[in-house]
Amino acid sequence: MSGFEGPLAARAGLLLLLGAAFVLTLSGVPALLLPRRSLSGSRWTVRLTLAGCAVGIAGAVALLAASAPAALRLPGLFLGEGQLGGDALSGFFALPVLFVGGLGAVYGRTYWDPRRHPRHGRRLQFSYGLALASLLLLLAARDGFSFLIAWETMALATYFLVVTEEARAEVRAAGWTYLLYSHAALLCLVALFALQAQLGGGFAFGAIPATAAPKALTALFALALVGFGIKAGVMPLHSWLPDAHASAPSHVSALMSGVVLKMGIYGLVRTLGLVAAPPLSWGVVLLAAGGLSAFFGVVFALAQHDLKKLLAYHSIENIGIILLGLGLAMAGRATGRADWVVLGMAGCLLHVWNHALFKSLLFFGAGSVLHATGSREIDLQGGLAKRMPATAGLFLVGAVAICALPPLNGFVSELAIFLGLARAALGPGPAWAALPAAALAATGALAVACFVKVYGIVFLGTPRSEAAAAAKEAPAPMLRPMALLAAACVAIGIAPGLFAPAVDRGIAAWAEDTGALLGWGRFLPLGRLAVVAALLILLTALISLRLAPLCRRARERQPELPTWDCGFAGASPRLQYTASSFAELITSRFGWVLAPRFRWPRIEGPFPEASSFHSEIADSVLERLLRPGVRWLVRLSERLRRYHQGSLQQYLLYVVIALVILLLVSLQPWWPVERLGGS
Amino acid sequence: MALSQILVHLGVLLLLPPLLLGVIQRTKSRFAGRRGPSLVQPYRDLAKLARKELALSATTTGVFALAPVLAVVTAVMAGLVVPLGPFDAPISFAGDFVLFAYLLALGRFFTAAAALDTGSPFEGMGAAREVGFAWLTEPALFFAFFALARLSGSLQLEDMLRAPEGELWRDSTVALALVAAGVLIVLLAECARIPVDDPATHLELTMIHEVMVLDHSGPLFGLVEYGAAVKLLVLDVLLMHILVPAATVRGWLGLGFFVLGVLAVAVLIGVVESTMARLRLLRVPALLVAAVLSCGFALLLLGR
Repeated sequence: MSGFEGPLAARAGLLLLLGAAFVLTLSGVPALLLPRRSLSGSRWTVRLTLAGCAVGIAGAVALLAASAPAALRLPGLFLGEGQLGGDALSGFFALPVLFVGGLGAVYGRTYWDPRRHPRHGRRLQFSYGLALASLLLLLAARDGFSFLIAWETMALATYFLVVTEEARAEVRAAGWTYLLYSHAALLCLVALFALQAQLGGGFAFGAIPATAAPKALTALFALALVGFGIKAGVMPLHSWLPDAHASAPSHVSALMSGVVLKMGIYGLVRTLGLVAAPPLSWGVVLLAAGGLSAFFGVVFALAQHDLKKLLAYHSIENIGIILLGLGLAMAGRATGRADWVVLGMAGCLLHVWNHALFKSLLFFGAGSVLHATGSREIDLQGGLAKRMPATAGLFLVGAVAICALPPLNGFVSELAIFLGLARAALGPGPAWAALPAAALAATGALAVACFVKVYGIVFLGTPRSEAAAAAKEAPAPMLRPMALLAAACVAIGIAPGLFAPAVDRGIAAWAEDTGALLGWGRFLPLGRLAVVAALLILLTALISLRLAPLCRRARERQPELPTWDCGFAGASPRLQYTASSFAELITSRFGWVLAPRFRWPRIEGPFPEASSFHSEIADSVLERLLRPGVRWLVRLSERLRRYHQGSLQQYLLYVVIALVILLLVSLQPWWPVERLGGS
Repeated sequence: MALSQILVHLGVLLLLPPLLLGVIQRTKSRFAGRRGPSLVQPYRDLAKLARKELALSATTTGVFALAPVLAVVTAVMAGLVVPLGPFDAPISFAGDFVLFAYLLALGRFFTAAAALDTGSPFEGMGAAREVGFAWLTEPALFFAFFALARLSGSLQLEDMLRAPEGELWRDSTVALALVAAGVLIVLLAECARIPVDDPATHLELTMIHEVMVLDHSGPLFGLVEYGAAVKLLVLDVLLMHILVPAATVRGWLGLGFFVLGVLAVAVLIGVVESTMARLRLLRVPALLVAAVLSCGFALLLLGR
């Protein structure tokens, strides 16, 4: 049974990917061996990480180019079923891991300078490399055992990344929640792969035949949705995500939001791809979950005051958009509609890339803001575009991209999903697909509202704090990775045709049987999109160039001109609209789900004392559902303690009572004796 | 498509918009018992603004100057996706209605960002209202597009808008009327018209669009006004195609027909503005939800 099969390109790709994982695992060692504050140690670690990522990118590209997948059997391992493999889907998901991972390492070396953070710099770098390596192994795993091992390594490595600043209580709390959620997910996955092994005939990933019992298939789907949904941050399983992403160092947040969440999506895509004949209801459930996550993700994001938490909630929104694509593709497989499969999957896969790119860009930008002003509070920033112009410009690219506006990359993937939904809504039958489409449209408009708020309050206007007024531009090693990410966003936006073959390979690897090899360019004229994007940029540039001298002259003539203040002479930065007041019009409509807590100012007597208004939005699922639920469980368990006295006689009595009850029950006619091995 | 057709399309798209403002103004004046300014007054205003001196607040950045440019460019590009009467849309592909909606959203993003760029609390208020209402107009617009797509069996805006002709128009009158009502509300909201917003008032506290552009001056303000006019034309065309089966008349006669139809919709806007009061700000979302429901019910009617 031993062997290494597949075309040369695929085998080479798999080997390169595994080699990259090996290098990345060891990448933290130079830093560990050298003194804490040593610069050369962290430099060597970054060099090794970059080398590993370069090797891995070569491997991923080879996998995407290969005509067939590679499979490597490891006969000595895991009941003889250990198996690694590489196909276009692995390559497709590995590319953002390596691209974002490499750039994050570069950004992180300056952002988390070992001279300023001697306590945890080395551990951070080591865990970072380990996390990247586990992600690659996860993508190469082709049996339940290896998948779970890689999965758990990933969960633990990212846990150590999250609790980098373990001295702070809220970081420890966030890490603890993350760990609990991760292991809840792991339990689901253990059950999932046990079930998959039973249905598919072995732990190695094999097709699950259409003849499988419907109930077992439903259980499989539910386990996959919950297990992978927790990792991906699907609402309402998302409560770990905002705190964990906000507490981690910013380049780690970028990695976790941009890449690690996608492993949940990868798991769903991979396991659902195994099922030969999925029922239509799966697609509908995924569409509902996607619509819910997208819409409420952005509603929660709008209500946040913390820049990084806001971005984290946007990840939930984008995961929702990705699920909409996947749901449409699953519905297409159930009904035999190749166009739904191709467009839905194209949107799903391309959005995986796009979100990795712009979300890392935005988290890097948020990191630079935090670096410059020392605060994540949106309402303490302001006017940073004047003080950090490069960071502001790059952040703006990310903000436009995440709102899915043309001419950037987010638009292309959302267009594919919209188009697929529109084809589904053409009929025959009722236009159910209009509902997710309308949810997506509202989500897009809310995202615009949210990023106008973020960009406007943080980077525009006048500084709202002394720290913001004294902010300095981020150093070049932090700007360069952002520039590369922004360039990638623009490239996919204006030339989607260049990246279409990779997406096509990914779709083909997932759904070989649907005639999906046609390519999504057949349904979506990518050439036209390029023309539109080029026209948009060209026209804007032409008019702007014409206006530029006018603006320059105006600024030279009146350099100190204030904003029109309607005749009110006492204007101060504090008069500006704040983030909360900007979002109030929308968030006030969602009080029933956001459950905001206010502390109103007390104004009494003719000369009231100085007072302040405070509002705060906690995560509703965690605060209103999980915490009360756990408290109730603890109270219940405390009541049980009465029967738990430690005396042996009493325990023997319990055993006897249990035995009697079991015997009585087994006498009943409905007791399934033969199923438990009785006669 | 012939180059001459594209040129005519561009010509109509670029030259007609200020006339719509003139027609609306004239209608409102007549209702108020005045003669009102000349129909070409908006052209003169734009020419005047183009020659004026520009003043830029020291608080502002490049976003402030970029926003008016993008307002014009996005509106014009959106105009390239719709057919103008007998003239086909120069840019047309399956799913171009998404491009249409998202181009308008791009313009909105930068207009609202430019308002925050000034650091003025009034403009911040306007920006918050603009984005706070748009999230309800977008689903309404998409429901309308989906209804038109079902009617026409096509996903190109050009065919979708030309579908309401002849028998189809007779068979699905109710659905089309619901879509038209929804699109009219979207138009009134997106173009800052009564009952959502009042383009004529100068009370910063009650306005949306006008308050966002308080600080723009000279040529930049001219671009803002012109971009708003082009957007008005584009949405007007959308509504006109749903209300009137204009595309049946081809050639130059069709163009005349088209211009008449567009001006008639402008008169309709003027009538609405003259006979209604501006809604209280907090009541506006209710109106927009009505638009969503109207288009949604049209979709239900067509869902057989």
